[in-house]
Amino acid sequence: MIMSWEIMRAYLPLYAKALLLVLKIGWIGIALAILIGVGCSMIRHFKIPVLQRLVSVYIELFRNTPLLVQLFFLYFGLPKLGLDIDAEVCGALGLALLGGAYMAEAFRSGLEAVEPIQMESALSLGMSRRQAFLHVVLPQAISISVPAFVANIIFLIKETSVFSAISLMDLMFTAKDLIGLYYKTGECLTLLVIFYLIILLPVSIVGSLVERRLRYAGFGD
Amino acid sequence: MRDLGIDVLFKGSNMLRLLEGLWVSMRISLISVVISMVLGLLVGALMTRKSKVVKWFTRIYLEIVRVMPQMVLLFIVFFGTTRVFGWNIEAEKAAIIVFSFWGTAEMADLVRGALISIPVHQYESAAALGMTELQTYVHVIIPQTLRRLIPLSINLVTRMIKTTSLVMLIGVVEVLKVGQQIIEANRTSSPNAAFGVYATVFLLYFIACWPISMLSRYLERKWC
Repeated sequence: MIMSWEIMRAYLPLYAKALLLVLKIGWIGIALAILIGVGCSMIRHFKIPVLQRLVSVYIELFRNTPLLVQLFFLYFGLPKLGLDIDAEVCGALGLALLGGAYMAEAFRSGLEAVEPIQMESALSLGMSRRQAFLHVVLPQAISISVPAFVANIIFLIKETSVFSAISLMDLMFTAKDLIGLYYKTGECLTLLVIFYLIILLPVSIVGSLVERRLRYAGFGD
Repeated sequence: MRDLGIDVLFKGSNMLRLLEGLWVSMRISLISVVISMVLGLLVGALMTRKSKVVKWFTRIYLEIVRVMPQMVLLFIVFFGTTRVFGWNIEAEKAAIIVFSFWGTAEMADLVRGALISIPVHQYESAAALGMTELQTYVHVIIPQTLRRLIPLSINLVTRMIKTTSLVMLIGVVEVLKVGQQIIEANRTSSPNAAFGVYATVFLLYFIACWPISMLSRYLERKWC
């Protein structure tokens, strides 16, 4: 089959619009996910009563269900309780909740990987608990969990491909819509792949650069 | 109290239909998992070979799977092949092809990781004891590799189950689609069914995945 450049060029603006939407929701969702994740892992790390339990339940619930089902519940289920959520907000929220649970696990294993001796040594140097945590434990935990964070970010961007199910005009929606209208399947799918590469390749490359740059924790590896 | 629309589930055979829908996703993921594990073991073992060509091929393969959303791959196989090659692949088969393609890459990466995590001295010690290469693998390397591999590959099963929810978007009638049908059918008698039904689907997925996640975590703690 021969691809037509004319057609692809004609579709470009539609895909570009969809790309912007994905970037917008994706960036908000991922930023929130990191906040939620760090917050939750702190709560678990410092063993704050009651909240700790709630956080565990949240993490297990959202790690063990697919985003598509979560979005359906948020978008179609919650309005029945009087909680009407706009599709874009719903997409960002769903991504944030799913991502938060994954980020929390990633960051927690980072915190756990810092040996207790680090904390003890810092305390013996006369640092307060707070100083020791902020200046000794936290930087190491971050650098250990960066690879998992990068993997999660890529995972979350890929997950945005289900947004079309709650009628957000993302890349999948645009591709499916155009295929349905004009039957230019080859062109539409090629553009779809290209646009996802535009988003994900830079993230993947920058991610591995950051990983290499931050690999200072853990001696002798 | 507000009507939560849970009563719909107990009308007629609605709950049974939902469970049947869940089974459709489970079937797709189980078949894909089995294929992925077998192929993943082979590809993973291949990846530890020193050949440059093999390395490049597997690298590109992994990179494609890492970067492309499964949804895009589904569209390519489901819509693309029909158009370009004139194949007419059923949605369920397309899903199995895509998830196996994805799962094989994931599994291969796990296998490779487990294989290279075995220190060289294990091979050398086995050789020093006079073991042949076959004996080394059977008695020393493979048992250690499996211990690291099993928890991670069980985890892959839950990810596979969660990913199969995507098949709804290419028209397979699975649990979410059945839920939608039930809600549509009861629109007038219980307008709030969307809440009850989607909450139930959410819980069904949780009940399906959570025990598997726990098992994986337990084994990981015990063995690694």
